[in-house]
Amino acid sequence: MSEPQQFQPKIVAFACNWCSYAGADNAGVNRIQYSPQFRIIKTMCSGRVSPAHILKAFELGADGVLVSGCHFGDCHYLFGNYRAVEQFEKAKRLVRLLGLEEERLRLEWVSAAEGVRWAKLINEFVDQITRLGPSPLSRNGRK
Amino acid sequence: MELDSVAKGTNVLDCLECGKCTSNCPVSRFDRTFSPRSTISTFLEASAEDLMRDDRLWRCLTCGMCSVRCPVDVRYSEFTRRLRILATRDGREPTCSHGGALQSLMKIMTAPALQQNRMEWVRGDLKVAERGEVLYFVGCLPYFDAFFSNLGIDTLGIARSAVKLLNKMNITPVLLKNERCCGHDLYWTGSVEHVKQLATHNVQAIREAGAKMVVFTCAECYRTFKLDYPVLVGPLGFEVAHLSEYLAPQLDALGQLQVPAKRVVTYQDPCRLGRHLGVYDAPRVVLRALQGLELREMTKHGETAVCCGTSAWMSCDRHSKAIQTARLTSARSVGADLMVTSCPKCYIHFTCAMKSQDFPEEAKIEVRDLSTVVAEGV
Repeated sequence: MSEPQQFQPKIVAFACNWCSYAGADNAGVNRIQYSPQFRIIKTMCSGRVSPAHILKAFELGADGVLVSGCHFGDCHYLFGNYRAVEQFEKAKRLVRLLGLEEERLRLEWVSAAEGVRWAKLINEFVDQITRLGPSPLSRNGRK
Repeated sequence: MELDSVAKGTNVLDCLECGKCTSNCPVSRFDRTFSPRSTISTFLEASAEDLMRDDRLWRCLTCGMCSVRCPVDVRYSEFTRRLRILATRDGREPTCSHGGALQSLMKIMTAPALQQNRMEWVRGDLKVAERGEVLYFVGCLPYFDAFFSNLGIDTLGIARSAVKLLNKMNITPVLLKNERCCGHDLYWTGSVEHVKQLATHNVQAIREAGAKMVVFTCAECYRTFKLDYPVLVGPLGFEVAHLSEYLAPQLDALGQLQVPAKRVVTYQDPCRLGRHLGVYDAPRVVLRALQGLELREMTKHGETAVCCGTSAWMSCDRHSKAIQTARLTSARSVGADLMVTSCPKCYIHFTCAMKSQDFPEEAKIEVRDLSTVVAEGV
């Protein structure tokens, strides 16, 4: 008897090249175990992630979207993360209007040395999305 | 074979190549490489594949200005739309503004399981219902508000004004909790399947609400419901009207209309309401009923009104800005201090254009939707 199919969330994580992606790299280099249910999209800066990218991820069936960049004051481009907050807030308003749970969208700051934090964040987010269930836009949610 | 279906019913085979379309076209006035005449010429030379690879296919505003002067009535906008269907099927995409965010929103709304949260703007003393004879189709105003409010654009003000006006006429309009985009922009960029899904959902929801009349504040939604939905999903089973058309015959029900302060206004005919649907008088009847409002017409108005420069959230470029600047300059030149229009998209595009840092100060003018102007006057 096979187990009933467990919901495996599809998560898109936008990670900036200098901090968050390097942090994920750090997690890998240190062999930290964490959930594989995500796809990283590397961007030069978290400020580059616009509502268009976030909505496209949901449109194509992502159950959750994570945007991650440098901590305030540490941004490689000085103020990119402030731009990221503006873009994120706009995307959040749109996602809310669409009726998707706000917890499906998340913004975090992870530095290059925070591999442990990155792993913990991903695990947390995967657990959260698993509890929410499939997005109504995903293949699972459409049936 | 498919090229035959593009030509059929659009009269492109009758084209005389006289060039009146190109001389009339608002895009070709500023973009000399764009020419409706030469586009048809290329098509007739059996080079349609070249057309579909050319990004100029997406520059057409489909505003219908070319057809105003066409001696053989070529339906160039429809011709362009059909070419775009083939181009989309072939994997081509327009250059979308805002990275394609608005297009994603429309496509997301085709998901059957989606349960939107779009009624929070109904507040205060606005009265709305879940069932009834008159339905107000809000369109994407809540999404535009979320997207553009940082530019000082108040699209939800349009929705509230419309409900306020209907309430003033002792009508409690039905609002749909899970209304979907009408699909206009997808329709004009070649994604017909998505539009069919949206149309099916919307028409079913409206029927279930028991509505006999659907009122619109968006010219594009109205055009899509009136002309395109019957083709896509069959007879609607209810009537459709733009708010201005709905108000014009029964202005008495609104009582005395008076604007707070005397204003000189000019009216911008949206191409979807004007050339596409032939509605020119109703908005003007409503505006003239407002005491203290002086209506002055721009040189090009009615059938010859120039488009707001951007269509379907794509190809928003320096040519669009040039069209917008010229149009707003026209509005200023008649001495108006306010431009009124009947389409939220016109309102958004003009207001956005004026936010540009290099926009000339002498061409700036306040732009507002008809519904907010009238609601302020009741």
